[in-house]
Amino acid sequence: MIFVTTGTQEPFDRLVNLVKQIIPIYNGEIIIQARTQIEFHEENVKVFDFLKPEDFNRYFNSATLLISHAGMGGIISALYRGKPMVVFPRRLSLKEHRNDHQMATAKKMKENGYVYVAMEDNDFVETIKNLLAKDTVPVLHSVGAYASEELLSSLSTFIGKVK
Amino acid sequence: MAKIVAVSSVGGHWVQLLRLQPLFVQHETMYVSTRPEFASTVEENRFDTIPDFNRSNMHNIFLAIMKLYKIIRREKPDFVITTGAAPGLLALIIANALGAKTIWLDSVANVEKLSMSGRIASRFCSRVYTQWPDLAKGKIIYAGNVLS
Repeated sequence: MIFVTTGTQEPFDRLVNLVKQIIPIYNGEIIIQARTQIEFHEENVKVFDFLKPEDFNRYFNSATLLISHAGMGGIISALYRGKPMVVFPRRLSLKEHRNDHQMATAKKMKENGYVYVAMEDNDFVETIKNLLAKDTVPVLHSVGAYASEELLSSLSTFIGKVK
Repeated sequence: MAKIVAVSSVGGHWVQLLRLQPLFVQHETMYVSTRPEFASTVEENRFDTIPDFNRSNMHNIFLAIMKLYKIIRREKPDFVITTGAAPGLLALIIANALGAKTIWLDSVANVEKLSMSGRIASRFCSRVYTQWPDLAKGKIIYAGNVLS
């Protein structure tokens, strides 16, 4: 199963349309969380506007491949749960977000080798094709359950000092 | 033990806030977010919701101000901490006015510059953190991030 997540704010139809291009090359189930008017008539594709955390987690955990906008929620969850993810950033120039931070986030994730990243439309379909050709998609990087010790202790010291 | 109100919008901001739980469990922490469904992610703690708004959709801001004012006045926290976004900034502005210490942790998504809310927060907050070392400057501290 492929789980596609686009966040809870603006629509991201460019990604939803790109996912449409994957349908002919993938016969598993595709679950899409997106605010979209685009319709799918294929039986193996389901679209949800919003998913409750329980449902979101269920799809997230059982997916064999995750596809996400460059939102940190999805990225962090993928890194923590050891799931392979392809990130595709929203662009300010196409009015897909209020600023261009997803482009910067995606570049940084790519540089650090955290997740798979596709910056362009063509690049996206190619990346997915290559990954689906593998038996299992390798996970590039993983993280623990909590923030770094350094951050927790800095906050803890500050709170302890003042209190 | 301090009294903390931890605030963030749903989505990535909330995921980042929850990664500070080892800190929150040492104190009396209440959570505030923008959708009631997220109460289930912090079951052991008190949780409340505020109306969501952002720069392009401000029509809920007055309701959010009233709700945050009510929560912070009632809780009298020692600290209010947020990972963003705009509703988190608003919480810090109100907390600051009501005499609580305020902590802004800029989202790890902001890799090239601090968010606009973070820049506003840096004018009055007790502590402002970035999660990327090259963005630390003056009052803006880098001390690790939520990813490790």
